[in-house]
Amino acid sequence: MRSIILRTGARYICALMLVFSVYMLLRGHNEPGGGFIGGLIGGTAFALYAIGCSVAEARRALRVLPQNVAVAGLGIALLAGLMAGLDGDAFFEGQWLFLGGEVPGTYSKGALPLSSVLVFDIGVYLVVFGSVATLVFAMEEEI
Amino acid sequence: MAGAQGRNGIVAGWLPVAIAAALFAFFVSLAPEVAAGRAPAVSWDWLPSLGIAFGFRVDGLALTFALLISGIGALVLLYSNAYLAGHPQYARFALFLTSFMLAMLGLVLAADLIALFVFWELTTITSYLLIGFIHEDPKSRRNALQALFVTGGGALAMLAGFILIGMAAGTFDIAAINAAGLQAHPWYGAILVLMLIGAFTKSAQVPLHFWLPNAMAAPTPVSAFLHSATMVKGGVYLLARLHPSLSGTEAWLWSLTLFGGATAVFASLQAMRQTDLKQALAYTTLMALGTLVLLLGQSTGYALTAFAAFLVVHSLYKAALFLVVGCVDHETGTRQVGVLGGLLRPMPATALAAALAALSMAGIPPLLGFIAKEIAYASAAQSFAPLLVAATLLAANVLMVAVAGVVAIGPFWQRARGPLPKAPHEAPWAMLAGPLLLAALGLGLGLLPGPVQTYLVDPVVLGALGPGAVPAELKLWAGVNLALVLSGVTLALGIAVWLARGAARRALERALGALPSLDAGWDGFMDGLKAFAVWQTRIIQGGRLRVYMATMFVVVAAAVGGSMLLRGALPAWPDLSDVTPQNVVLLGLIGAGSVLAAFTGSRILAMAALGVTGIGVAMTFIVFSAPDVAITQLLVETLIVVLVAVALLRLPQLDPTGRPSFRPWDAALAAAVGIGTTLVLLAVLQQPLDLSLTAFFEAASYPEAFGRNIVNVILVDFRALDTFGEIAVVVIAALSSYALLRTTAPVWGRGPGGTRR
Repeated sequence: MRSIILRTGARYICALMLVFSVYMLLRGHNEPGGGFIGGLIGGTAFALYAIGCSVAEARRALRVLPQNVAVAGLGIALLAGLMAGLDGDAFFEGQWLFLGGEVPGTYSKGALPLSSVLVFDIGVYLVVFGSVATLVFAMEEEI
Repeated sequence: MAGAQGRNGIVAGWLPVAIAAALFAFFVSLAPEVAAGRAPAVSWDWLPSLGIAFGFRVDGLALTFALLISGIGALVLLYSNAYLAGHPQYARFALFLTSFMLAMLGLVLAADLIALFVFWELTTITSYLLIGFIHEDPKSRRNALQALFVTGGGALAMLAGFILIGMAAGTFDIAAINAAGLQAHPWYGAILVLMLIGAFTKSAQVPLHFWLPNAMAAPTPVSAFLHSATMVKGGVYLLARLHPSLSGTEAWLWSLTLFGGATAVFASLQAMRQTDLKQALAYTTLMALGTLVLLLGQSTGYALTAFAAFLVVHSLYKAALFLVVGCVDHETGTRQVGVLGGLLRPMPATALAAALAALSMAGIPPLLGFIAKEIAYASAAQSFAPLLVAATLLAANVLMVAVAGVVAIGPFWQRARGPLPKAPHEAPWAMLAGPLLLAALGLGLGLLPGPVQTYLVDPVVLGALGPGAVPAELKLWAGVNLALVLSGVTLALGIAVWLARGAARRALERALGALPSLDAGWDGFMDGLKAFAVWQTRIIQGGRLRVYMATMFVVVAAAVGGSMLLRGALPAWPDLSDVTPQNVVLLGLIGAGSVLAAFTGSRILAMAALGVTGIGVAMTFIVFSAPDVAITQLLVETLIVVLVAVALLRLPQLDPTGRPSFRPWDAALAAAVGIGTTLVLLAVLQQPLDLSLTAFFEAASYPEAFGRNIVNVILVDFRALDTFGEIAVVVIAALSSYALLRTTAPVWGRGPGGTRR
C-alpha cells in the first residue's frame, strides 16, 4: 500500500528534514535544539523515507549501515571528551577556539567559535540518528 | 623431534620460556637483599579514596613462591613446547599458561589485599581455561567449570573476609595488617572462617577437595604447574601470608590441624587406591597441601621451618613426577599402573628422574625430602598435641613411600605386563630437562641445604614469626632422635604397604568406595540449580507482556503509594488559584486522550489517542517555557506512533470479541499508579524548591560555557559524561533490539535493477 503522494513527497521532505536537522544541531548551543533533537529529526526523516518508498531504497540512500553511524557517533563523542586531556584539563571539559573577531582569541562579536563541545554534540546527533534508523529499518524489514 | 619443536614457532614456543627464565633470574638477583631482611617494594595509588594501593612487595615468603613459580614455570613451558609440539592451538595454550604464571606471581607479590584478590581471581580464570583446554571433551569442560565454581565461590567468601579485615585494621596493606594483628578484634571469628573458606577451596582441603583430582583433565604440564606446584598452593600462601595476624588462637590451631590432618590422611589413602598414575599423583598433592596446612597451624620455629622446607621440596619432586608421568604417557600412550612396565631400558633418563624425585617424595636420605620430613616430625614433638600430629604425619608419610614406589618402580623396573599402545622410546630433551633438573635439585639441595636455609627457609620463618624467631637448622644428620626413629618406622611400614599394594588397593577400594561421593553430590547440586533456574524462569519470565507490565506497575504503585501512606507524607490540598484556562484546555486534551486509549477496542485508535496525550504533555512543556524538552517530547511521540503502528498493525484486535470490555483490574492499577505519581509530584512541589543549581547554571552557562541554551549546555558540557553514558545506552539498546528483530539478512538494493519497487 504505497501511496504515490507519500512516495513523491517523502524524497523532498526527507531532504528538507535532513537540512533542518543539521540546522537544529548547529544552533543548539544558544537556541532550542542540539544533537539529540537534531538526531531525532534526521532519524524521523529516514523513517519517513523508508515508509514512503522502501527500506531498501532508504538503505541505499544512507549508503552505510545505520548501526555503524551510531557506533561511529559514540566514538566521536568519546574523542571529543578525550580532547580535554590533551590540554591537561579534566576529561569532557569543553575546549574552545575562537577564530577572528574584534579581540582575537575571545568570544567577541564576529568570532567563529569552534569547540570540542560541538564535536561532542555531533557525536550525540550521529548516535541518535543511527539508533533510530537502525530500529525503524529493522522493524520495517521484519514486519 | 627437533623439528617438532620448531613447529610451534618462536613466539608461541620460545618467548614464554624466555619470559619465565628472565623473571627467574630477576628473582634470584633479589635473593641476597631479601635474605638480609629487606623487602623491596613498589606501589601505586589505585583507589586512594578507599585506601587501596596497587603494590608489590618481595619479602621472604613472596620470594620463595616467586622463585618456585618462575623457575618451574620456565621448565614447564619448555616441556610443553615439546609435549604439545605441533598442536594447532599451542599459541593459545602458551598464552594461557604464561598469563597464569604472571597472575600467580602477582598473587604472591601483591602488597595489598585487594590486589591480591584480583590476581587470585586471575589465577582462577586462567586455571579454568587451562583445565578446559581440551574443550571438545564434555568431561573436561565440566571439570573446568567445577573448579571455577568451587574456587570462585571460595574467593567470594575470601573477598568478604578481606573487606572485613580492611575495616577492622583500617588498611588493606598486608604488612601493616600483619604488624597490628587481628587476634583480639571482635570480628576475628568471622574473618577467620571466611579466610579458611577461601584458602581451603583454593588449596582443596577436605571436604572441598573434590575439584582437584578432576582438574587433572588438563594437559599434564598444566597439572604439574598449576595443580601441584603453584596454584593450589595459593590457599596455603594466603594462610602463611596472614599467619602473623591470624595465628596463635585455639580456633586457628584446631581448625588448621584438623582439616589439614584429615586431608593429608584421606588423600594418601585415596592415592594408594588409584591405578592411574596421574590420579595417584593428584591425591598425593592433596596430601601435601593437607600437611602444609597442618604445619601452618602451629607457631613454632620448627613447624614454620618444616612448612617452608616441605613447600620447596614438594614443588620440586611433585612437578618432576608429573612431568615424568607426562613423558611416560606421551611415549607409551597410557598411564595405567596395571599395564606399564619395562620402561627402564627404552627410557633411562626418565627413569632416573622418576627415581630421584620418588626418593625425595619417600623421604630417603640424602635427599631434601628426608630433611623436610625430619623437621616435620621434630615439629610434631613440640606441638600442642604431639601424638595426634605425629600419628597423622606418620600415616600420610607411610602411604607416600608406598605411592612413590608405585610411581617410580612399577613402570620402569617391573616387567611389562602387556603390550603398550605405543612402542616406547626416550622423550625429547626439552621434556627431559625439566624433570631431570628438578629431581637433581632435590638431591643437590639435600646434600648442600645451605642455600635453601639462607635464601628460602629463614626469610619465610622470620617473616611469619617475627625477627626474634629461631628457624630450625636443615641438616642431614641430626643425631639419633625421635624424628630419625619415626623416619625409620615410616620407611619400613611404607615398604611393607608397597609390597602388599595389591591387597591394600582392594581393601581401600572397598572401604572408600562405600563413602558417599562428593563429586556425584556436586552433579546433583548443579542439576538442582538448573532445575530451579528453569522453574523460576518459567514463573518470572512467562513470556506474556501483560504480566510483565502489570508486575512493574504493581511494584511502582506499591512502592510509591505504600511508602507515602506508611510514612504519612500525603500532600496538602494544592493551591489552584493560578490555574489558567490554557492549562485546563491542555489538561482536558491529555485526559481525553487517556480515556479514549483506555476504552477503545482498536489498536490504531489507542495509539493515536496516546499520541494525543503525549502531544498534550509536550504543549504543557511549551506553556512552561521549556522548548527543548517540548521538541524532544514531540519528536519522540511521533517516532513512537510510527514505530508502534508499524508493529501493531499486524497484531490482533485488543479485544478478540471485537467490542470493548470493562477491565476492572487494569483500571484500578492504572488509577493507583496515576494517583500515586500525582501525589508524589504534589508533595515534591510543596517542599521549598532549592534553586541553587538552577542559579548556578543560569549564571555560569554563558560566561563559562559560552552557550545561552542552558539545557543544551548542561547536556554537552556541564554533564557531558552523563550524556556520554546515555548515548552509550542508546547505542546498546539499538543494537540489542536490532539483534532481536533481525532474523534475515538486510535487503540491499543492487543498482537500478535491484529491489526497487
